[in-house]
Amino acid sequence: MIRLSIPFRQALSKLTLPVLIAGAFGLLLLGKADTVVMQRARMALADVLAPVYGLLSEPLSSVRNGVDNVRHLLTLYEDNARLRQENERLRQWQAAAQALDVENAALKANLHWIPDPAPSYMTAHVVADAGGIYARAVLLSIGPGTPVVKGQVALDDRGLVGRVTELGSRSARVMLITDISSRVPVVLENSRAHAVLVGNNGARPRLMFWPEGSPPVEGERVTTSAEANAFPAGLPVGVVHYTSGKVAELVPYAQLDRLEMVRLFDYGMRGVLPPEATSSKPSSEVKK
Amino acid sequence: MVARMSFPIITTAVLLLLLAAPLGLPGQAQWQQAGALCCVFFWGLFRPASMPPLAVFLLGVLADLLDYAPMGLTVLTFLLAYGLALRWRRGLTRLGFLLDWFAFISVAVASSALEWAATSLLSFHFLPVGDALLEAGIAIGLYPLLAIGLTRAHQTIADPDRA
Repeated sequence: MIRLSIPFRQALSKLTLPVLIAGAFGLLLLGKADTVVMQRARMALADVLAPVYGLLSEPLSSVRNGVDNVRHLLTLYEDNARLRQENERLRQWQAAAQALDVENAALKANLHWIPDPAPSYMTAHVVADAGGIYARAVLLSIGPGTPVVKGQVALDDRGLVGRVTELGSRSARVMLITDISSRVPVVLENSRAHAVLVGNNGARPRLMFWPEGSPPVEGERVTTSAEANAFPAGLPVGVVHYTSGKVAELVPYAQLDRLEMVRLFDYGMRGVLPPEATSSKPSSEVKK
Repeated sequence: MVARMSFPIITTAVLLLLLAAPLGLPGQAQWQQAGALCCVFFWGLFRPASMPPLAVFLLGVLADLLDYAPMGLTVLTFLLAYGLALRWRRGLTRLGFLLDWFAFISVAVASSALEWAATSLLSFHFLPVGDALLEAGIAIGLYPLLAIGLTRAHQTIADPDRA
């Protein structure tokens, strides 16, 4: 270590701080001008950290499960009563679903229906929150060589989670449907009207741009639409809920605040190109 | 000696990495930023020799990489907070903890406001103010707690004179 006299060191620090502040402005500009370099740097760091956080997440989730178990023990009696009621209701639905399933199969057979191919999927661990303060995203740990591509659709066991937006060699970042820049074309299930699900960084994204005359109804199911070729049609997203201020929001099915595993489906949807592709060819095919 | 000198930098970096881990804390991103801001300000105030500007810059880069914020923004807020700490240190270190804290409150509010405004501007979205308020609130609440621990470290293990 070089030993400097105190006045000299003070003079140096007086000079370095303004230079470094200018450097920070430079970084800001560079980050805005060349998003690809910054993305690579981030994913390189994420690739290093994802396996470590993956190891950490197992004991952490067992601690969380332990706490949950204790909490469940305390509410055992009420839970049981509620579940018994719910079971009763679901049994009725099961009968209805089985009858409809048989009817559906018979109708499809009569119509010579061509079935959709079953999409392939893989399951990945969520190892960390990758949103920061002003974004909502999660980091997945993926094995090297796993065929994950940008634009793949992520679902948990209940519904739509988001899409893969950034990709490293051992990690992938999934932007959640609650992110402020997330836009998902959706269908309101009862009226079949199209709408757009707009993220707002809160727990409940907003529904917007539905056609006049068919507003979303409280409690209506919302599924994805194949519009814009970004999502396949019919993935469950959530149910409509109106705030006290009469704003149509969506309560997502997916448990976005406690994601542990997601399934990544490849539907071959490349309707919305990733930023790298758009920056390299600024053609009209991206913009409508 | 070197270990004692580098204690502030290493603990701040570890804090950043630890709070990026999947702990499942509510508002974890805010905890991460706020915690690091407290450390940068504290060491800028009490032992800038062990937290040189270049280290603040690099800690900011690490925070930005971990946080997916616009690159360079956290670097800028950390450096500004550090610069203010340096400027105020002669007065503040003599005046007692409560005034340090009041000074830090203004720094935390200003840096959250700056981050919010710049991120809104750079992403062309009017971002929710709640996130910024939460960050400032966490930083303000966390500073006295962290300062207790860091003051002890400052007088013991991080003190190069003890080596």
